[in-house]
Amino acid sequence: MTGTANFRELLTRNLRTSGIYIAFVAIVALFAILTEGTSLSPANVTNLVLQYSYILILAIGMVMVIIAGHIDLSVGSVVAVTGAVSAVLVIRNDMPWWVGVLAALACGVVIGAWQGFWVAFVGIPAFITTLAGMLMFRGLTLLVLNNVSLSPFPEPYRNIAAGFQNGLLGGNGYDVFTLVVFGIAVVGYAFSAWRTRASRIAYEQTVEAFPLFIAKLVAVAAVVMWFAWQLANARGLPNVLILLAVLVIAYSLVTTRTVFGRHVYAIGGNLSAAMLSGVKVKWINFGVMLNMGVLASVAGIVFSARSNAAQPAAGNMFELDAIAACFIGGAAVTGGVGRVTGAIVGGLIMAVMSNGMQLMGVPQSVQAVVKGLVLLLAVAFDVYNKRRAGAR
Amino acid sequence: MPKHILEMRKITKVFPGVKALSDVELEVIEGEIHGICGENGAGKSTLMKVLSGVYPYGTYEGDIVYDGEVQKFHSIPDSESKGIVIIHQELALIPYLSVAENIFLGNERRGAGGMIDWNLTNHEAAKLLAKVGLDENPTTPVNQLGVGKQQLIEIAKALSKDVRLLILDEPTSALNDDDSEHLLQLLRNLKEEQGITSIMISHKLNEIQEICDRTTIIRDGHTIETIDVAGQAGIQDRIIRGMVGRDLTNRYPTREHVVGEELFRVEDWSVYHPTQPGRIVVDNASFNVRKGEVVGIAGVMGAGRTELAMSLFGRSYGRDITGRMYMHGEEVNVTDVSSAIKHGLAYATEDRKRYGLNLIEDVRRNISAAALFKLAKRGWVDGNKEIKVAEEYRASMNIKTPTVMQTVGNLSGGNQQKVVLSKWIYSDADVLILDEPTRGIDVGAKYEIYTIINRLVAAGKAVIIISSELPELLGTCDRIYTLAFGVVTGEVPVAEATQEKLMTLMTQEKSTKDKEVRA
Repeated sequence: MTGTANFRELLTRNLRTSGIYIAFVAIVALFAILTEGTSLSPANVTNLVLQYSYILILAIGMVMVIIAGHIDLSVGSVVAVTGAVSAVLVIRNDMPWWVGVLAALACGVVIGAWQGFWVAFVGIPAFITTLAGMLMFRGLTLLVLNNVSLSPFPEPYRNIAAGFQNGLLGGNGYDVFTLVVFGIAVVGYAFSAWRTRASRIAYEQTVEAFPLFIAKLVAVAAVVMWFAWQLANARGLPNVLILLAVLVIAYSLVTTRTVFGRHVYAIGGNLSAAMLSGVKVKWINFGVMLNMGVLASVAGIVFSARSNAAQPAAGNMFELDAIAACFIGGAAVTGGVGRVTGAIVGGLIMAVMSNGMQLMGVPQSVQAVVKGLVLLLAVAFDVYNKRRAGAR
Repeated sequence: MPKHILEMRKITKVFPGVKALSDVELEVIEGEIHGICGENGAGKSTLMKVLSGVYPYGTYEGDIVYDGEVQKFHSIPDSESKGIVIIHQELALIPYLSVAENIFLGNERRGAGGMIDWNLTNHEAAKLLAKVGLDENPTTPVNQLGVGKQQLIEIAKALSKDVRLLILDEPTSALNDDDSEHLLQLLRNLKEEQGITSIMISHKLNEIQEICDRTTIIRDGHTIETIDVAGQAGIQDRIIRGMVGRDLTNRYPTREHVVGEELFRVEDWSVYHPTQPGRIVVDNASFNVRKGEVVGIAGVMGAGRTELAMSLFGRSYGRDITGRMYMHGEEVNVTDVSSAIKHGLAYATEDRKRYGLNLIEDVRRNISAAALFKLAKRGWVDGNKEIKVAEEYRASMNIKTPTVMQTVGNLSGGNQQKVVLSKWIYSDADVLILDEPTRGIDVGAKYEIYTIINRLVAAGKAVIIISSELPELLGTCDRIYTLAFGVVTGEVPVAEATQEKLMTLMTQEKSTKDKEVRA
C-alpha cells in the first residue's frame, strides 16, 4: 500500500515520539523568554553542552538497560570510582593522561562484566545487583581516594571535557571549522533521510508527503545550523560534543540496525518469546550491563576532566538524572520500548530546565521540585497516551 | 411481547484504524439465557466491554437501554450498581486470599467503625457458596481450589452484588466436562429459581444448543441475526454458517499424502521435572516423522506433550534430559534454542501471547525474530529486506493487517497465529512442532491454518501437531502417537484411528518403570 501520511496523521500516530520534541521546543522557548534571551546566548549554549554531557552519555547506556527491562542504580558510583582510579594514576603517580583514560575504561569493563555476571548468569534482579553496586563502588571510591579529593589534572586530560576545536580553518570572530563540520552533518542527515524515504517508497510503505518531508529537513537544518552558529561565535566546537555525537550516532545504529540491538528490544518486549526464538538472553543481558559499565566509565572520565578533580562524592544522584532522561524520552518502565534519541532529548529537557532555572537564580530546592514534577508529568502523559490508544 | 431487559441499539465502536463494531443490535429478554456467537475478532468481547462500562459512555455511538432507560455507564461500578456483572474469560481471583475475601473484594462487609466484620463476611459467603452448590469452607485460600470451583466462586461474587444480568465470557473454556456440566446446570438454576438473565459468549456450539434460549450471531462487527435455539434441530450448522458467512461443509482441507524418507527421529527421550527432583515427566519416548508427513501427538492436559516438545526444542524445559535425536538420519546434539533452529527445528507454542510473540512489537519484527541471522550481515540487519520479507508473508499467509508495521497485540488471535507460523516458516525449519496450533482461534482461521500445514508438507517439510482436539488430529494427521503420563502408549495410522481408540490409549497407564526411582 503506497501512500503518504499528512501532517496531522503523522503527529497523532507518532505522538508518543513527537510529543517529546514539541515539549523540548516549548521548554527552550519558555526559558528563552524567562531569561530574556540569555539562555540562548552563545556562551550559555556552549556551557549547556559541557555541563550535561556526562548525563547524556549515561542516558545512552541507561536506555538500553531499560529497554532490556532492567535498571542500573550504580552508574553514579561507577562515574566516581572510574574517575578516582584515573586520578590516582595520573595525579598521584604522575602517569601520562592516556594511562588514566585507559585504566578508567578498563575499570568500566570490569565493573560492567561483574554486574552483568550477577544479572545475566546468576539471575539476580538488576535493581538489587546495582543497588549493591551503588554502595560498593561508592565505598571503593572512598578507599581509592583515601577520602580526599585529588586535583588538578594535567592539561591534556582536562581538554577531553573542557577543550575545543577552534581556528582550524580560521574565521572572523566565528569558527569556520565548526560551521563546516555541522554543514557536512546536515547534508549527511538529509542524504540518509532521502535514502530511507526512497527505499520506503520502493518497498511500498507509507511515507510522509513530500512538502512535509522537505519542511522537516529544513527545520532540522535550521535548528542545527543555528546551534552551530552559536558555538562558532563562542569558543568553537567542544571536544565533548564530538564524543557525544559519535556515541549518539553509533548507539542509535546499534539499537535500531544490529542483531544485538534488536535482541535487546525482543528481551524487553517478551522475555519468554525471545528465549524461544533463539535469542541468547543471558549473553544479551550481559552485554547490556557490560556496555553500561563502559559508558559509565566514559562519563567518569568526562566528569573528572570537567571538574578537574576526583572527589569522593562525585556522580552522586547521576543515576537518577540518567533514568529520568530515559523515561522523559519515552522509554517504558516495563521494557521493550525506548530510543537513544528519545533519551538524549529527555536528558536535554532536564538540562535546559536546570540551566534555565540556574540563570534565573531559582534556588536548588525549587529546581529539584520542578524536575521531579516534570518527570512525573512526562510519564503520566505516556500512560495517558497508552490508555487513549486503548487495548482492544 | 416479552419484556426486554436489555436493548443495545446501533452500537458503533471505533478504535484507531479499526471499526470494531458497527450498528450492532442486541436484545435480551428478561429471564432468558442468551448466547453470543462469533469468530474471534468479531467484536463479542468489545460489545460486552461497552455494555459493562469498560469503554465508558461517550467513547461509542448508540444507546444502551436497560430496564427501559437509556444508561450512561462511565465505569464498571456504574454498571454493577444496576446489576450487570461480567465474568471474564481469565479468572480475576486473588490466589492467596480466602474464598470469602475474594467474594467480597471491593464490596467488603463492614461492621462498627468501618472495620471488616469477618463473622458476617464468612457467614454471607457460606450462604452464597450454598447457592452455587459449592461445599467449601469460606476461609480456604482460592489457590487450593481447582479452576472449576474458582469459576463458581466468580459466580458467587456476582451474586453478592445482587446481579440481574450476568455476562459470562467463555465460562467453560478452561473447565473439564464435569465442571462444565455443573456450571451450565447452575446457570439454568439461577434462571429458573432467581430469574437471573444471562448472556453467554461461547465457542462451544453444543453448549449454546444445550442451555441457551436464543443466540445472537456477530460477524466482523455486525449483527448477523438473533435466532431461537431451544428445541431447534440443525441449529449448530446454522450458527456456523452465520459466523463464517459461508457453508463449512469441509472443516479440514484435503491433501495428497506423499510421504518420503525419515526426517526426524527421537529415541528413548526422558525428561525430569525442573524443580521436583525425581519426578519424570517424559519417560523413554520414541517417535519419528517423515518428509511430507503430518504426525499428531494426542494426550490430555498434563500428559507431558508440551514438556516433550519444549525439551526437544533446545532443552527449553526440564532437567536431566537423556535420549537421542536424529535429523536427516544423523544424530544431532541440540543444546539450546538457537542450535535447534539451525538444525531446522521449529516450535510454535500453545500460548502465543506469553511465549510466542512480542505483543508490543510490530508484525514485521515478529516475523523476523527467529531468523534475524538471515537478514543480517556481520551483525547489521537489512531493514529493507525485512520489510520485503514481512510483506511476502502478509500476502502468502493472508495476515489481515493494514500494514506490517502494525503492533501484533492489535491483531486477532487467528492473525497472530499466522504471524507465529510465518516466523517459523521463515526460519527455514524442516520439522515444525505446532503446539495447539488452532487454540482460541475461530473456525475460518482454523481452516486457513490447516491449509498452511498442507502447503508445508507438500513442500517436503514435516509437521508434528500437538492437540487435545481429537477431531482436529483425525482430520489433519497421517499418523497419531498417544501420550499418557509421559509415556508413548500407542502409534496409530489415521486410517485405523477413532476418537474412542485414541482416548483409550491416552488414558491408559503403561508403567514401564517405577516412577519414584530417581534416575
